[in-house]
Amino acid sequence: MNHIRQLSRRDFLKTGGVFVVGISLLGCGRENGPMPVEKLATETWSPDIFVSIDADGSTRIICHRSEMGQGIRTGLPVIVADEMEADWARVSVQQAPGDAKYGDQNTDGSWSVRGFMQRMREAGATVRTMLEQSAADQWGVDRSECRAQLHTVVHQASGKVLPYEDLLAGAAQLPVPDIGQIVLKTPDRFRYIGGELSIVDMHDMTHGTAVYGGDIRLPGMKFAAVARPPVVFGRVKSFDASKAEAEAGFERIVELPAAEPPAGYQARGGIAVVAHDSWSAFKCRDLLEIEWEDGPNGDYDSAAFRETLLGQVRKPAPAARAEGDADAAFAAAAQTVAAEYYLPHLAHASMEPPVAVASVQTDFCEIWAPTQDPQTVVSMAEKITGLSKDKVRVNVTLLGGAFGRKSKCDFVEEAVLISMAVGAPVMVTWSREDDIQHDYYHAVSAQYLRAALDEQTAPTAWLHRVAYPSIGSTFDAANAQVQGWELGMGALNVPYAVPNLRVESQAAQAKVRIGWLRSVCNIFQSFAVNAFTDEIAAARGMDPLDNLLDLLGPDRILDFSAFGQNPIEGYPFDTARLRRVIEKVTQEAGWGRELPAGHGLGIAAQYSFLSYVATVVEVAVDADGGWRVPRVDVAIDCGQMVNRDRIRAQQEGSVVFGLSLAREGDITAAGGRIQQSNFHDYPVL
Amino acid sequence: MIKLKVNGQPREFDGDGDLPLLWYLRDLLNLTGTKYGCGKGLCGACTVHLDGEAVRSCTLTMAGLEGADVTTIEGLGAGDDREHPVQAAWAAHDVPQCGYCQSGQIMQAAALLQRNPHPDEQDIAEAMDGVICRCGTYQRIRKAIRFAAEETA
Repeated sequence: MNHIRQLSRRDFLKTGGVFVVGISLLGCGRENGPMPVEKLATETWSPDIFVSIDADGSTRIICHRSEMGQGIRTGLPVIVADEMEADWARVSVQQAPGDAKYGDQNTDGSWSVRGFMQRMREAGATVRTMLEQSAADQWGVDRSECRAQLHTVVHQASGKVLPYEDLLAGAAQLPVPDIGQIVLKTPDRFRYIGGELSIVDMHDMTHGTAVYGGDIRLPGMKFAAVARPPVVFGRVKSFDASKAEAEAGFERIVELPAAEPPAGYQARGGIAVVAHDSWSAFKCRDLLEIEWEDGPNGDYDSAAFRETLLGQVRKPAPAARAEGDADAAFAAAAQTVAAEYYLPHLAHASMEPPVAVASVQTDFCEIWAPTQDPQTVVSMAEKITGLSKDKVRVNVTLLGGAFGRKSKCDFVEEAVLISMAVGAPVMVTWSREDDIQHDYYHAVSAQYLRAALDEQTAPTAWLHRVAYPSIGSTFDAANAQVQGWELGMGALNVPYAVPNLRVESQAAQAKVRIGWLRSVCNIFQSFAVNAFTDEIAAARGMDPLDNLLDLLGPDRILDFSAFGQNPIEGYPFDTARLRRVIEKVTQEAGWGRELPAGHGLGIAAQYSFLSYVATVVEVAVDADGGWRVPRVDVAIDCGQMVNRDRIRAQQEGSVVFGLSLAREGDITAAGGRIQQSNFHDYPVL
Repeated sequence: MIKLKVNGQPREFDGDGDLPLLWYLRDLLNLTGTKYGCGKGLCGACTVHLDGEAVRSCTLTMAGLEGADVTTIEGLGAGDDREHPVQAAWAAHDVPQCGYCQSGQIMQAAALLQRNPHPDEQDIAEAMDGVICRCGTYQRIRKAIRFAAEETA
């Protein structure tokens, strides 16, 4: 793609740009049967909405999930390519717009491969089956004698070979087989799945040609910045834009409606400045003089809230999970161990701050956004513009990091509202300050853990009590209860074989928008559980690894259905898999090896979103108490691997992200206002 | 009127001298490979070369750029394939995840190798310090720089 983009919508459709796919190219879906094609010289054959093949054999595979660094634009399409025996070098990947026909596109919850591997395999196998049939028809043999192989079909008995491009016209005449007639490959025949693949966006990402949200350029596009209420559910009391209006780049002011509880994904309200360019928009925005009315969240003070949360976890609470009689076990204990943990709010701080482009016309609304959830953007645009879904197109750009932030389309709604007001395409860019101060924050939390040990230091009771504002509060303003699914991320489903066990949660009222960040509640619940596990090891005088394996107990399948937690998609928690990653990582890390003075090894293990992970961290503490991390080992069992390299990359990145949160992350509020604003006061590693 | 060169092409600018180079590149020239990350010179996503040195384009205003020679990621490579050894090293080591910061990382690394073709670990750490990657690709960035240094040696 050219590095200078001056593309209209028509140009996008014409060129079929990598990121913005024209529907006209896609052909018909499975539900409609094959596209009637007489000759393929100028047409594309598309027996499945995820695959289309041009007359020359060039293959396009649709990725319907959002790419934010996890490698999904490579991972899902390569599954299709593998099943259809495509030559990966002849495949290009196109990003799907938001459209329910692709299935769920909400790229959240770490399930893209798990959720869509089967569908991708079926798409690929459908194409392969039809191409094999087409070859069989040409040769007058039975399909069972033909085998697809790397963009060709081979007749095994005669050794005859036909390339895919010579089979398209015949295949296009065939009915699309039912799923029941398709035979998937056996895993031993996987060509790409489980291997090491370079990502499809490598060239663009290293040459400045990859298209992120802010890189869209449309004719007549305006640039906007928004002054948002500094307090959630605050509103504009009065404003004076005269200084902004005097600036050369200024075009106009747009007043945005104040958000009403619950926050949901609504735009925050405030005053938008529309300008010639991004910098003028920011400059004019900063020149606005606005008097705000803060509303009920103006009293939020995170230092006081810390004490409130700690007070909450110091008193008994209702149990979400209760086994045995923990109270009796504590009363009878030879020794008890207890600790409190407090973790602050965290911001996502993706390298690309939120940004979106909208072009709202009387009969059509087109959006370009780095969104994790394009179908929700379609619904939002439908609601805001009054246009029906078929008149809304949401193009998904690359996401310059997201970590859960870009599941929420508040920033896209701003672009839609402003474009409607000015009657032109508008890009809304968030400054880093906007991003840090108007995030959906990872919840602040307090936790209390207590363990009882008997005369032989065997653990007899485990108590874990948490208090934190729930993600549920974002969707129901009255919700002050931690949700079961939040507890299910490392607290309620603690895998320890302790006979008496209680997991309790206390109410906490949210005063900012609470969102999800990467591994969500695992962040603080895993931190506390694993740190406390080490406290128990110290109290028992045991090696932390021996203590951890002892707590984990015998291999077994855990069943939390009595506490309202059923296995995700039928995959139960298998403690043997956790034990194996613990053993693997300690072996690789050289657990027990001799260390330099001031160095120590720590271990943690966690079951998160169906993956089993164990980590050994070497920490070096210097004479002044400063610390650094010379080495980290990670073992993960994530089930079926598609691209090993991206799994490794995710582990490398998670280590940096986790250390960054542990070492630096701290979002605080005073007077309802977030006190951090940029990387100088919200540093990241 | 400010006269400068961007990726070898002569350019003239007669707007507000306070305009940061970053936004001149992105919004006026549509050279969108250079990224906005912080606007305060804190993250390095906007790194370009000014007369061969790596600089943060978000804090450099147009008023000071008379006669400047600016190179962006789009103009980094030479030859028909426009592939700089650092870019090739990035691909060979599968560095990018989300990719957003990588233009800045690559520009910073290319300037380092230009000045110091044989950097040691300390040189690499010092030169790359302050170019933030939220995906955490640092380990591969360091490997790729060492690889590029060997390739060009």
